[in-house]
Amino acid sequence: MSRPTLPGPRADLAPTPSQTVGPFYGYALPFLGGGDIAPAGHPETVTLHGYVLDGAGTPVPDAVIEVWQPAPDGSRDGAPGSMRRDPVDGAFIGRNGLVFTGFGRVDTDADGHFAVRTLPPGGVPYVSLAVFARGLLHHLYTRAYLHDASGLTTDPLLAALPAERRATLVTTPERAGVHRFDIRLQGDAPHEETVFLDFG
Amino acid sequence: MTTPLTQGDITAEIHEAHQRYAGHLTAGGPVRPHPDRDYAPYRSSVLRHPKRPLLPTGDPEAVELTGPVFGVTDVTELDSDLVRQHPGEPLGERITVTGRVLDRSGRPVRGQLVEIWQANASGRYAHQRDQHPAPLDPNFTGVGRCLTDDQGVYSFVTVKPGAYPWRNHTNAWRPAHIHFSLFGSAFAQRLITQMYFPGDPLFAYDPILQSVTDDAARDRLVATYDHDLSTPEWSLGYRWDIVLDGPSATWIEEGR
Ligand SMILES: [Fe+3]
Repeated sequence: MSRPTLPGPRADLAPTPSQTVGPFYGYALPFLGGGDIAPAGHPETVTLHGYVLDGAGTPVPDAVIEVWQPAPDGSRDGAPGSMRRDPVDGAFIGRNGLVFTGFGRVDTDADGHFAVRTLPPGGVPYVSLAVFARGLLHHLYTRAYLHDASGLTTDPLLAALPAERRATLVTTPERAGVHRFDIRLQGDAPHEETVFLDFG
Repeated sequence: MTTPLTQGDITAEIHEAHQRYAGHLTAGGPVRPHPDRDYAPYRSSVLRHPKRPLLPTGDPEAVELTGPVFGVTDVTELDSDLVRQHPGEPLGERITVTGRVLDRSGRPVRGQLVEIWQANASGRYAHQRDQHPAPLDPNFTGVGRCLTDDQGVYSFVTVKPGAYPWRNHTNAWRPAHIHFSLFGSAFAQRLITQMYFPGDPLFAYDPILQSVTDDAARDRLVATYDHDLSTPEWSLGYRWDIVLDGPSATWIEEGR
C-alpha cells in the first residue's frame, strides 16, 4: 500500500511568531478543574506536582502548565469537555466525571507551585508538558516521566541522555501515588536545568 | 543602588539585537520567525530562559504529535462577543477581529480552540495585579473564546484595547494588543502570541514586539484594517490570519 502524498510546508506560509503569555492571563486561561484530569475518585489517580523555578532558584508565581497525555488505554484521541461550561451563565463547571480528556491546565500559585491529578498514560511512560510564563517569549515543552512507569528503562529519549540530564525528566516518588516534578527554566548551580524539547 | 533603565538604554539594546540578527542573516543563517527566549531588552526573560539548547526529538510516535480536542461543551455562544458579556455596552471603539488559522502546509485548522484576553479601552486589565490607574469598565472583562469553523476561521467582536504602562524600564508602554492562545491538531503546534494594530507609534519602543528580530515575522503580528469587514453604524474590522508552526510529522495526520 502506498502512502498518500501529503503537502509539505509552503514557503509562502511562514509561521506566526510566538509572544509571551504576559502577567495578566490569570482571568482568561485557568479554568475550574483544570488540574483534575482524572475522573473524580478514580482509584488509580496520581498527583503530579512541583515548583517552577527560575535561574536564581526563585519560584515563578506566574507560569501556566499544560498537560497532554494518552488515556490509560493508550488512546491519543482526547475528548472535549476539559473546559465544560454552564449554558445558563457561562461559568466553568468542571469535567463531567466520566470522560478522560487527556488535557489539563493549571497556573502556579503565589509560591510557584502547581499540581495536577491524572491517570497514568497508556503506552508511554510520560505526560507531556508545555510551560508558559511572563518572561518566556516562546513556550517550552518538557516531559514528566513517571518513575514507576513500565517502559521507562527502554525509552529512547531518556536513554540518550546523560544521567544528570535524564534525572530532570523523571518524577521523584513521594508518598504512594504522588509524583514530584520541579521545572527549572534555567540552571542554577548546582541544580541542573530541566531538559526542554524541540519538535522541529 | 542601580540607576533605573531608560527607554534610551532599551532602544539601544533593541537596535543591537537587530544588528546581530542582520549579521546572522548575512552570514547565511536561517530565518528565525520566533523571538529568542534569551532577549535581554525584555528583562523578565533574563532568568527565565534555558541556557542549554533544546533537545531535538524526531520521534514519529511522540505523544506531542497529537493534541487535545475541544467541542461545543467547552464554549458558549457569548464567548466570542466580548461586548455582550455584561448588561451594558463597554466603552471604547467597537471592533471585529477575524481571520483564518492555517497549518504550515496551508490546511485550515478546523474546530480548534482560540482564546483571547485583553485590556479594556483605557488600557486596564480586569486583573488584581494590574495597578495602572486607568478606569476599569464594569461592562468589559476582556476574555473571549471560540472554535474555528470548517475553513479555519475564528471571529471576535470586542473593543480596541488601550496602550498601557509596565515596569520593564522607565516610561515603558505596551502598544495596544490582544493576547491570543491557539491549539492545532498537535500539541507541538501550540501557540500563544499577541496581535497588534496597524500604525501604532509605540512599536519601535516595545521590547516584547521587537523580540521578534525578523522584520517580516514581526509584521505578521500586526493585523490589517479591512474596510469590508467594518459594519455600518456598528464596528471597525480587522483581519489577522495565523499560521501555526509545528513539526512536519503532523502533516501525516489528516482530518480534524
Ligand atoms: Fe498585555
